Amino acid sequence: MLRWSINRFCAGEEKRVGTRTVFVGHRPVSETDAYVEQKFCDNRIVSSKYTVWNFLPKNLFEQFRRIANFYFLIIFLVQVIVDTPTSPITSGLPLFFVIIVTAIKQGYEDWLRHRADKEVNKSSVFIVENAKQVKKHSEKIKVGDIVEVKADETFPCDLIFLASSNDDGICYVTTASLDGESNFKTHYAVRDTTGLRTDDDIDSLTATIECEQPQPDLYKFVGRINIYRRNQEPVARSLGPENLLLKGSTLKNTKKIYGVAVYTGMETKMALNYQGKSQKRSAVEKSINAFLIVYLCILVSKATVCTTLKYIWQSNPFNDEPWYNQKTIKERDMFKILRMFTDFLSFMVLFNFIIPVSMYVTVEMQKFLGSFFIAWDKEMYDEEIKEGALVNTSDLNEELGQVEYVFTDKTGTLTENSMKFIECCIDGHKYKDGISEVDGFSHTDGPLKYYGKAEKCREELFLRALCLCHTVQIQEGDNVDGLRVNQECRTYIASSPDEIALVKGAKKYGFTFLGHEADYMKVQNQKNEIEKYQLLHVLNFDPVRRRMSVIVKTSTGKFLLFCKGADSSMFPRVQQDEIQQTKVHVERNAMDGYRTLCVAFKELTQEDYKKINDQLSEAKMALQDREEKMARIFDDIETDMHLIGATAVEDRLQEHAAETIEALQTAGMKVWVLTGDKMETAKSTCYASRLFQTNTELLELTTKTMGDSDRKEDRLHELLLEYHKKLLPDFPKNSGKLKRSWTVSQEYGLIIDGSTLSLILNPSQDSSSSNYKSIFLQICLKCTAVLCCRMAPLQKAQIVRMVKNTKGNPITLSIGDGANDVSMILEAHVGIGIKGKEGRQAARNSDYAVPKFMHLRKLLLAHGHLYYVRIAHLVQYFFYKNLCFILPQFLYQFFCGFSQQPLYDAAYLTMYNICFTSLPILAYSLLEQHINIETLTSDPRLYMKISDNAMLQWKPFLYWTFLGAFEGLVFFFGVYFLFQNSSLEDNGKVFGNWTFGTIVFTVLVFTVTLKLALDTRFWTWMNHFVIWGSLAFYVFFSFFWGGIIWPFLKQQRMYFVFAHMVTSVSTWLAIVLLIFISLFPEILLVVFKNAKRKNHQVRNERIYHNTSLVWKRRFRSSKHLTNFEVAMHHLHLGRGCLPLIVSFLHVPKKVKKC
Amino acid sequence: MAVNYNAKEEADGHPSGVGAPGGAGKSRKPDNTAFKQQRLPAWQPILTAGTVLPAFFIIGLIFIPIGIGIFVTSNNIREYEIDYTGTDSSSPCNKCLNVSWNSTPPCTCTINFTLDQPFETNVFMYYGLSNFYQNHRRYVKSRDDSQLNGDNSSLLHPSKECEPYSTSENKPIAPCGAIANSMFNDTLELFRIDNETRIPITLNKKGIAWWTDKNVKFRNPSGNTNNLTALFQGTTKPVNWPKPVYMLDSEADNNGFINEDFIVWMRTAALPTFRKLYRLIERKNNLQPTLQAGKYSLDITYNYPVHSFDGRKRMILSTISWMGGKNPFLGIAYITVGSICFFLGVVLLVIHHKYGNRNTSADIPN
Repeated sequence: MLRWSINRFCAGEEKRVGTRTVFVGHRPVSETDAYVEQKFCDNRIVSSKYTVWNFLPKNLFEQFRRIANFYFLIIFLVQVIVDTPTSPITSGLPLFFVIIVTAIKQGYEDWLRHRADKEVNKSSVFIVENAKQVKKHSEKIKVGDIVEVKADETFPCDLIFLASSNDDGICYVTTASLDGESNFKTHYAVRDTTGLRTDDDIDSLTATIECEQPQPDLYKFVGRINIYRRNQEPVARSLGPENLLLKGSTLKNTKKIYGVAVYTGMETKMALNYQGKSQKRSAVEKSINAFLIVYLCILVSKATVCTTLKYIWQSNPFNDEPWYNQKTIKERDMFKILRMFTDFLSFMVLFNFIIPVSMYVTVEMQKFLGSFFIAWDKEMYDEEIKEGALVNTSDLNEELGQVEYVFTDKTGTLTENSMKFIECCIDGHKYKDGISEVDGFSHTDGPLKYYGKAEKCREELFLRALCLCHTVQIQEGDNVDGLRVNQECRTYIASSPDEIALVKGAKKYGFTFLGHEADYMKVQNQKNEIEKYQLLHVLNFDPVRRRMSVIVKTSTGKFLLFCKGADSSMFPRVQQDEIQQTKVHVERNAMDGYRTLCVAFKELTQEDYKKINDQLSEAKMALQDREEKMARIFDDIETDMHLIGATAVEDRLQEHAAETIEALQTAGMKVWVLTGDKMETAKSTCYASRLFQTNTELLELTTKTMGDSDRKEDRLHELLLEYHKKLLPDFPKNSGKLKRSWTVSQEYGLIIDGSTLSLILNPSQDSSSSNYKSIFLQICLKCTAVLCCRMAPLQKAQIVRMVKNTKGNPITLSIGDGANDVSMILEAHVGIGIKGKEGRQAARNSDYAVPKFMHLRKLLLAHGHLYYVRIAHLVQYFFYKNLCFILPQFLYQFFCGFSQQPLYDAAYLTMYNICFTSLPILAYSLLEQHINIETLTSDPRLYMKISDNAMLQWKPFLYWTFLGAFEGLVFFFGVYFLFQNSSLEDNGKVFGNWTFGTIVFTVLVFTVTLKLALDTRFWTWMNHFVIWGSLAFYVFFSFFWGGIIWPFLKQQRMYFVFAHMVTSVSTWLAIVLLIFISLFPEILLVVFKNAKRKNHQVRNERIYHNTSLVWKRRFRSSKHLTNFEVAMHHLHLGRGCLPLIVSFLHVPKKVKKC
Repeated sequence: MAVNYNAKEEADGHPSGVGAPGGAGKSRKPDNTAFKQQRLPAWQPILTAGTVLPAFFIIGLIFIPIGIGIFVTSNNIREYEIDYTGTDSSSPCNKCLNVSWNSTPPCTCTINFTLDQPFETNVFMYYGLSNFYQNHRRYVKSRDDSQLNGDNSSLLHPSKECEPYSTSENKPIAPCGAIANSMFNDTLELFRIDNETRIPITLNKKGIAWWTDKNVKFRNPSGNTNNLTALFQGTTKPVNWPKPVYMLDSEADNNGFINEDFIVWMRTAALPTFRKLYRLIERKNNLQPTLQAGKYSLDITYNYPVHSFDGRKRMILSTISWMGGKNPFLGIAYITVGSICFFLGVVLLVIHHKYGNRNTSADIPN
């Protein structure tokens, strides 16, 4: 709310279009134009929601926006206004408790935010005013102020970089706290201002900056600076993201810089980015809401039934108003309709406890506290990056146990993304390094094994291309936290590990990249000579083009363009006759699972270059649509190149990736690989990671199978129908139940690539094939594994959305490590980020982040399973315990003339949910392990037991409801029959209605707690403490509550009721009996279930016995399983054994279905 | 209805996510404690036929004797009940059926009955009412406990809850409320008829209320005088009462609010059919039963009208055991449950033997 208003005050959405003009140093551009003070928001960062003054009303407002809280507020108000059976305290106190707990939590969090804000806002900055440095609080910065920032300081707001202490107007910045990318980024000052290196100089600058209104995109900025010099036409220079220093990033390796503030406070890109992450809701929450509606219906119908019966009963005048119980005049004068309405409300109030008020607090606490276990798990801690798992939201814990589809990225997720240069080919000649890695580093011109040799000049050109065509930087010294490869005190820093691998690869063959020197790149060649190239332009990599280029000028004055990129994007742009020889290599390398890049070059004439240079500068100056313009020019430039060769870089599979995928599949999840990589590479990775197995029949929908471009759609249509036919007869028609049990022996895998996908998803208008999508989807859902390659980031999200919206709304999980996975991470129900080498963007946008793909196994199979079971049990238990709490009260109405007489004392009504029965279930829901974590991780089949929200379906819900109803009946009628003779003490004295209620309540509390004890499979000392403690507390409280004449209470109805109750032997016997009867069906059921399971196991056992000794061991004990898996892992190390293992592995799948 | 409960809201807008426990401890290895690794030592019981079977047998073996014990005890309790409402025209009390509160002189009737068996131990005399909703909400709350506790200000200013029985003739009613107002006021007297002579049986009217009620919860108004009449000055009697509260009994320690009949009445019954303790008949000596078999007559001063709401009045004579009055329910329930347990134990044992024991060695965790 507050932020919203600030936004509106500063720059609301509607103001984000258009541009703003900033006067540097608040100086008017000319004497004639009067300087108009502009209104921008100040540099105060407000991440807090509340202030001291508005905390109470605002927090209350926010809390009562939740329907559950609002419901209880209404009940409370009804109690205050209408004469209701229970005092307002009974529902007011729990509500108060809930509100207070939430408010304290939110207040504490807000206090933390306030503290953080204050730290930021009060930090001192130096502002240049009238050629003097003025020290100010950060929050005082105004748009247009010139700010000085020193090394290792963070920028206080978004600044346009004007000048640095370096002559060349360059500064280095790390954005680690923004997106996690710790490599240094170079930012450039506009050429015309680089000289202003002192306070006096900078004060003399007269300029305006026009730039777009604040946008949240961190990597986009478009602006223009107009520099006015005396008696000269103003000079305009374009400003891009390379000129913008973002708030939150840190200045590195530069003494100081001057910058002018353009976006401040809540308008900085950082602040804009921390808003409005989409909120994901878990399936459990939806179930809770459904159950809630059922209980509301029960509540309303109970109240209706009671009201109706009351008026039927009262139609008899001596029932309505017998002589001993007359109404007041007010009651008599009330209109009948109004009276009926009040009665209805009274019944609602009386039964309102059936909606468990404390469930929401408990669920919230369970989720919040429970999520700690993920971060604490040391098995998910990675020694290499020294980090464990990270929980960004605790709302989705249980969703981890419900995953049906896993969408995984390949690079960096399945693979390690630590690249190793394997080989290259130059003009079709293969160059493979035979020497071991260590030697390769130390020798610059050692003997290389050549499989045939290319011409020397081509070879050198290729290696120079590798040395020049990249964005690697060299860091001397070692105080860098980033991705680095330290050798000879030289560290390569790059945003992509491929580039480092290539530069290192070139070095192996004698060409060493030595770094930048102003505009020049230095390369040491094989003869140890230093060559210098002037770097003219870098045509940066982007995922759409899938290539990058540099334009350099050699010392001899030649202009050269080097380009490297994916083969698919390169081949159409090079001389066609050169392709063939390289293509063979590229394809073979891809088959081996290597990442390949093609390298090409092009010589530019002076005129060409001039034209290109002009075009590029013009495009860079553009304020609107700069990206598109640039892309178009890049496209034009990168044509007609000459292919020199290709490189192959190995990206090894992450450890245990294959086992993890196998486990996920055994657990009934379908794993889809969505990668931007090319098909062959991806396919081999899929084989290696056991996603595809040798007997998996692959269905391909790729450009290759599509054939030439004219008939693409027809061909696609044919293929789709053919596959559809192939898959469908195998499956019986009841496709709804197929999701988890593909009992067919033949497994299918589908491969599709990006271009075919877009053909399917966006068919051309004229084609009559709009149902491609549904056919495609049907095929997809019937395949065990799907590989989507050549995917653009958005297509990944599209796929996820498509699956998410199919019938049954399966729960999807996306896992990825790079910025290109963010869209699918956000799209899926659960998004998991890998804390990988491609920065932290994925981890930051994810719901959970883990260091490695293999951690998914424990996260889903153990944590997810446990969280789901815990929360599902928690929810069911809450509804159950409130049903059997309120049912006796409902039944009592039949025996008290429907007069809304409460059965229990107000204190019991109030404390039941918040004291007597809350802690055991909370402890259960935090600690329960109905199956050991080890067993869960090692036997993935267990995951299927809870699939499809199994514990929160209507069937278990009905079971719990019936259980609750049964117990409620037992409690009430048990005590009812006991009270046929109310003299239960050995001295003939009689018990009254409050003793009746107290006995019911005692049985209730004990039964409900013992029921939980029966369900608890994992009794830690905490469970013992909390369960027995709660019961003891109940007894203690009852004695205490009845032991005193409470001075502030109007009625002393509980006085010594409990004490008298426990002196009666009959009561004791009745309590024990009723507890036992209530729990009896449950015990029986558990025993039968266990017996059945055992029988089942016996049967399985026999089957395993018949199959093979190995498989028997594999399924019987987790310990054996792990041993076995280790053995398999060893086998797996020899690649040739893969098919053997694959076929080997396939056996148990058939077995388990028996 | 969508319940809009969102724990996430708090974490929104805050970069590191307050809810994110990992955020704080970056680059720190998680502690290897049993709790954090969810490896706390734990007892992991599994209910299997093996563990439950003996339990069933034991429970069966415990419950059945208990049930039999209770049943026998309950059966040994002597209980005699007379309905003296007088709805039946042949009943001697029929003439009093339509009495009103303030009929003078009070209607009296006598019912003769015969005890076939002697009542050996102390006998408890109850009156029972049926179809009398003492647990009606309007009725239950119609009392002022601080007035009854002797609070002087409440005495003169009864609680609003007592309406419409809080004032009469502009004077506060003591004790106020519907419960007090409708106090049971039949007088029951018991005679043994021995050779045509009526020997009155001593009915003890003390010791029928809870000790804590009599001594703590109920107190007469405090004052420096022992004269109850003066203490209740300024109040008036409940409308239906013939006498004010300070004239309930002649004995000082059983008069006013601490009159035991009154206290017993004030403990509202749980169900519309109920009994309340009226008098005690103590065993005189060990040689004679308290009530020997023979003829008895019950003299009733019939003041309490129940016919208007279709109610019933009973007089109950009962002995008491360690488990209270006669109640066959508990005994039968125990025997039934015990038998079912035992039976199921047998059935399960058979099943267990038939299917279970071949693979007891192959015990698999869950």
